[in-house]
Amino acid sequence: MKVTVLAGGRSLERQVSLKSGARVEDALRSLGHEVTQIDPGGDLVSRLKAERPEVVFIALHGPGGEDGTVQGLLEILGIAYTGPGVGACIRCMDKVASKQALRGAGIPTPDWFAFNAQAFQGLGAADALEEIEAQLGFPLVVKPAAQGSSLGVEFAAERSAVPQALVAALSYDDRVLLERYVKGRELAVGILDGEPLPIVEAIPKQEDFFNFEARYEIGRTDYVCPAELSDDETAAVHDVARRTWEVLGVQGFARVDLMLGEAEGHQVLEVNAIPGLTDTSLFPQAAEASGLSFEDLCARIVELALERRRASAPLPG
Amino acid sequence: MERYAGLFAARTQVMRSSAMRDLMAITARPEVISLAGGLPDTSSFPPESFAAQMTRIAQESSAEALQYGPTEGFDRTKKCIRELMAAEGMEPDPDDVIVTTGGQQAIDLVTKTLVDPGDPVICEGPTYPGAVPVFCSYEADTHQVEMDADGMLVDELEALLDRLEAEGRRPKFIYSVPSFQNPAGVSLSAERRRRLVEIAREREVLVVEDNPYGLLRYEGEPLPPLYQLDGGDYVIYIGTFSKVLSPGIRLGWCVAPPPVMEKIVLGKQAADLCTSTLTQYFVSEYFAEGRWREYIDNLVGIYRSRRDAMLEALERYFPEQAEWTEPGGGLFVWATLPDYIDTGDLLAKALREDVAFVPGSAAYVDGRGSSSMRLNFSGSNEAEISEGIRRIGKVVWEQVALYETITGEHRVAPPHEPDTEEADVLPLRRREQRGKPG
Repeated sequence: MKVTVLAGGRSLERQVSLKSGARVEDALRSLGHEVTQIDPGGDLVSRLKAERPEVVFIALHGPGGEDGTVQGLLEILGIAYTGPGVGACIRCMDKVASKQALRGAGIPTPDWFAFNAQAFQGLGAADALEEIEAQLGFPLVVKPAAQGSSLGVEFAAERSAVPQALVAALSYDDRVLLERYVKGRELAVGILDGEPLPIVEAIPKQEDFFNFEARYEIGRTDYVCPAELSDDETAAVHDVARRTWEVLGVQGFARVDLMLGEAEGHQVLEVNAIPGLTDTSLFPQAAEASGLSFEDLCARIVELALERRRASAPLPG
Repeated sequence: MERYAGLFAARTQVMRSSAMRDLMAITARPEVISLAGGLPDTSSFPPESFAAQMTRIAQESSAEALQYGPTEGFDRTKKCIRELMAAEGMEPDPDDVIVTTGGQQAIDLVTKTLVDPGDPVICEGPTYPGAVPVFCSYEADTHQVEMDADGMLVDELEALLDRLEAEGRRPKFIYSVPSFQNPAGVSLSAERRRRLVEIAREREVLVVEDNPYGLLRYEGEPLPPLYQLDGGDYVIYIGTFSKVLSPGIRLGWCVAPPPVMEKIVLGKQAADLCTSTLTQYFVSEYFAEGRWREYIDNLVGIYRSRRDAMLEALERYFPEQAEWTEPGGGLFVWATLPDYIDTGDLLAKALREDVAFVPGSAAYVDGRGSSSMRLNFSGSNEAEISEGIRRIGKVVWEQVALYETITGEHRVAPPHEPDTEEADVLPLRRREQRGKPG
């Protein structure tokens, strides 16, 4: 089968995407597919028109590739593609939209307030910070609304740190959220075609807890899969992850990140519509823990893309 | 990840890698104006001269040029090194010289030879960003001494040496880029050079002088290298062909006292046996032509004009809250923004405008420098530099305005009019430094 892998792109996660893409390419080749690779740029549509692949494997991360843009183009071209559809991508990439949908469906997610830069500049939103801080308490988390990875996520331990954290987060997106900090265990649940995979727990090695950069460095965080949870806890986490998937209308595969709060119980933080697929990424590890090799995983993801294409009439983007 | 994590050596815990490095991948996109690199303008090297030299090597020395060479490097290469060093007033004994794979390997070999885990190493703050991972991977306890317009504050250095001595700890060496420092762009004054060499003698501490930019001087009188002042007893000298000829040939060198050199040679054997013979042949052919001075003069003219373009653009496009150095040579300007701006985050914003720089924290081991940035002016032409600085200025300006709005300062900043107030530490505004010797 003729498969085109999209990897690279213009987002800040370009490097990770290139790694994901290279690994996917290898896997698809060893499955016997005819594979081409495109690093999306101004000629993306014309190249896709020329190559006419049967399926496009989207290994892009972050805005542009994971937010429904590329998916919309592929809908127009009538080409099957992997991962969630346009609507789900939009809902997942926008943390405000996804949190609103989750809360509306009764799925626990930490309290938050969202702003854009315009609210500060044109509406005096800064004057509301005191009320926000009183409601969320300290430390609080400030994060860009649309950024796939941990980039731009800041912790403010006290009031004086909030303006700087806002400026930092607003470097990555025009919209940011201030979110209640949840103390507890950090879990990630990969979901393949609606079925949760074994749970991964990220355990920071040192006191670097508030240093995201350190936490995501290889060797500085331990990843345990399956996470050491009781059967009841596992079932509960799987259940909330599955409900999250349904509420956001995700198809194909995705990763739900959540906290198992000491006081609050499980709280969904976000959903990654196209989780990392590198050698060190959590989603393939979880798949492997369930007995699915990376080749099997890619084969299944491609199969799901084709099934969806067959089942649905082409929709406008 | 788990599969490999258990295999890593302890030293990888302190080896620095980061999300920031991943960000730099984007700077390779063609539409991005990158002021992040340290790239010399190799396009100014005449291709026909390159072709002629390589042809001559193929015709006359093919077998030798394709063969292994001595670990210490060829005498013919050392002859070129002597010429270059003589141009700055130094006359090393060829036996004290080893040819290395770039100046970077010399830093690595010196550190490998001298530093055990936990040993103190002293360098400037900010320091050469490429030295940071070297010191980290040998698990040095790195201390950084602040600088002003005259380079490293030697009084602070002495205070630091006193503190270490009181703890019974002896620093293995003081690493310095005294001329047109990377990244700060400033030079150690003549007086401080003499004092630094005295301190080294008095306290029997080695100084590692890294001098890639000494000959790239755009104004002022040359300052004596530390090696010349000391005569080579306590100063280990590192040089490179990267900035005066080509970084692609990966040729540098190190001059060290014989007992130290003996160990460095052993280290080099373990690392890569010998430096590329082919590029050593190229360098000696190139020097035999006798036009290397002319080529450097040409580079100096190109870079001077680019530096001027950068300083003009900074003056024009950066908000008044920003400060920067005025380098009299070298390849870099160091700019510092208000402390509430993190230049790592700013880079993400700047990349959306298709422009890149090096965040200042890369030049520190301890997280300092997060409000500063290194800007390179050698690798882009005047128009690109001006446009690049305009784009960075725009995002800086947006952040400043945003912060002031959030904190309720609501200040409307006036157009940038530099004041003449003297600053204590880096960076200085360009006007304060004007007229000082580079």
